[in-house]
Amino acid sequence: MSKKPTATSLTKDAEGASDPARHRRAPINAQLSTEERIELFRIMVRIRRFEERSLRAYQAKKIGGFLHLYIGQEAVAVGCCSLMGKNDHVITAYRDHGHAIAVGMDTKPLMAELYGKVTGCSKGKGGSMHYFDPSRNYWGGHGIVGGQIPLGTGLAYAVKYKGLKGAAMAFMGDGAVNQGAVHEAYNLAALWDLPVIFVVENNGYSMGTSQARSSAGDLARRADGYHMAWGTCDGHDVYEVRSVMNEFLQRAREQSKPAVVEIKTYRYRGHSVADPDKTYRDKSEIEEYQRTKDPINVFRSILIGDQVLTEAAAELIDTEARNEADIAANFAEASPFPTAEDIQKDVYWEIDHPEQRTSQGRLFFT
Amino acid sequence: MPQITYREAIRHALAEELDRDHNVVVMGEEVAQFNGAYKVTEGLLAKYGPKRIVDTPISEAGFIGMGIGASMLGVRPVMELMFWSFYSVAFDQILNNAANVRYMSGGQINCPIVIRGPANGGTNVGATHSHTPENVLANHPGVKVVVPSTAYDAKGLLKSAIRDNDPVFFLENTILYGEKGEVPESEYLIPLGKADVKREGKDITIVTYGRSVLHSLAAAERLAQEHKISVEVVDLRSIRPLDIDTVLLSVAKTHRVLIVEEQKPFASVGSQLAYMIQREAFDELDGPIHRLATIDAPAIYSPPVEIEQLPNPQRVVAAVLQALA
Ligand SMILES: Cc1ncc(C[n+]2csc(CCOP(=O)(O)OP(=O)(O)O)c2C)c(N)n1
Ligand SMILES: [Mg+2]
Repeated sequence: MSKKPTATSLTKDAEGASDPARHRRAPINAQLSTEERIELFRIMVRIRRFEERSLRAYQAKKIGGFLHLYIGQEAVAVGCCSLMGKNDHVITAYRDHGHAIAVGMDTKPLMAELYGKVTGCSKGKGGSMHYFDPSRNYWGGHGIVGGQIPLGTGLAYAVKYKGLKGAAMAFMGDGAVNQGAVHEAYNLAALWDLPVIFVVENNGYSMGTSQARSSAGDLARRADGYHMAWGTCDGHDVYEVRSVMNEFLQRAREQSKPAVVEIKTYRYRGHSVADPDKTYRDKSEIEEYQRTKDPINVFRSILIGDQVLTEAAAELIDTEARNEADIAANFAEASPFPTAEDIQKDVYWEIDHPEQRTSQGRLFFT
Repeated sequence: MPQITYREAIRHALAEELDRDHNVVVMGEEVAQFNGAYKVTEGLLAKYGPKRIVDTPISEAGFIGMGIGASMLGVRPVMELMFWSFYSVAFDQILNNAANVRYMSGGQINCPIVIRGPANGGTNVGATHSHTPENVLANHPGVKVVVPSTAYDAKGLLKSAIRDNDPVFFLENTILYGEKGEVPESEYLIPLGKADVKREGKDITIVTYGRSVLHSLAAAERLAQEHKISVEVVDLRSIRPLDIDTVLLSVAKTHRVLIVEEQKPFASVGSQLAYMIQREAFDELDGPIHRLATIDAPAIYSPPVEIEQLPNPQRVVAAVLQALA
């Protein structure tokens, strides 16, 4: 991956290129309690173990369709979502398991959703790409590349319309930045000062196409064309993600200003588990990243170095996360599938609330 | 009862709902300062201000997607498409996001959004601006599709659409905007999914909606006078939900059916209706179901020929005579 300096037009700190110590000292991180630091670590580990378990379930043919794993990118979702307040909202694409766990969703219904079970977070109707939990301000889980970005802009519009102090984080990949709908959303957000942060999770590839082969110019810098603030940061360091994102989020909440933040990250697995991952990158590239920048290892070392965590405590967290993933898989396994009658539920609000129906006539056809 | 235009009826519906519910926002290209491309929203900006009446850039995927996102959090946007024809550039937002998000979230989300604007041919604007996508829209479970033919219906249906908790697509007609009709001053609602018998008759049922209702009524009048044929005209008003019961009642009375629609014939609303009528009223039919649709080609520009491409009273008269021959 090409390395670019951290440069946010907010901090005007182009020199502070990935200065981990500076980010660690940032107030948003300095104020964290020991428990909160350990919790950030724990969530990253839980995401990793959940996804590894889901991969095994996929290989055992328990899961259909696509499975896009977030492994390697955990610090991005965990760092961003750890900053959420009551009126902050999240929406993302189909690589959505990490964000779901990071906003606090229980892993049992998440695993059950992969298994297509009625106990799934979307009752088995959405699948891997379509996790939702509006009660946690988590608006999915969207399968069309870039299609969720206007929706995320609309969440910010609603927050502003209602006079609330909050912000929406609209996540997308490095491939999504070339979609027209994304640019339409950029324009609206900048034109109307909407409190939305467009978070580009740049893992270097859109499926098998490297950034260099799909995008002209710098990704975040495109914000300049809309007079929007932008920034970049390294996504393997959860402290850095938090400190950079916090500035933009605060500004969005306080001043209702949008921004584009490009977070450099990396995925270890194929695009989806069906991707043989042989044509577009060298194994050595993956190994190098894992060796030097694995977000979980990096944070573990920091925490142990800072005497926040011991080796034994880290091991215990890992064991618990593996157990949790197994429990989720057992729950999914034991749960029933939806029935054929369930197919036509959750289509129309009105059909689901028959006592409040005002329309007449047929809504379903044969 | 006062006579007002279809355009004014829609405007009154918007104003009443803007007054009633602070979450209603009217949004679209040229709706505010310009007073509306068709003056439907004339005066609303002056009365309700720029927070409630919002001009958007020419960015249908962006602003409609944004409206859908805002509706998930309880804002009730009423989005104007300058032409429904432009739905194609926002197709993903309208038919992947608005139509599917409730389902894919297992019923956790609903999108109380209305998208409205004209969808018709007959104004010599060529193929790009003359689409009638009600069949395409109605093909998507999760959405509702309404096509009013009169000022009275437009007002009552739009008010219901704005209060509806599902996405409602409201297809108007530029040629109808200036048509006057009786509209009471007191408030009323028309439920979605309730057809209206616009003319009673006994020899044949015309099932139709939108501007074709007017053509059918004109044809019915001529058929009565010149051919002593008594035509019943059923105006669907709403495509999804669909009031098939009113259609079947009429078929049981007349035993003959002509479907008239401003639609390309392949996989049209009429195709679905014909299937349902034969399936549910086979024994009532004294002959095959007939259909009059737009002549199957992209919309022609040439003004006198475009009239012939679309349903019109002469074509309806001929089609009825053929159906009864
Ligand atoms: C509109 C659209 N085109 C193509 C696809 C197929 N597709 C799914 S993901 C993907 C790659 C997207 O890459 P990126 O935006 O970088 O996200 P990442 O997968 O790296 O998280 C493609 C081509 C799609 N889902 N939607
Ligand atoms: Mg990517």
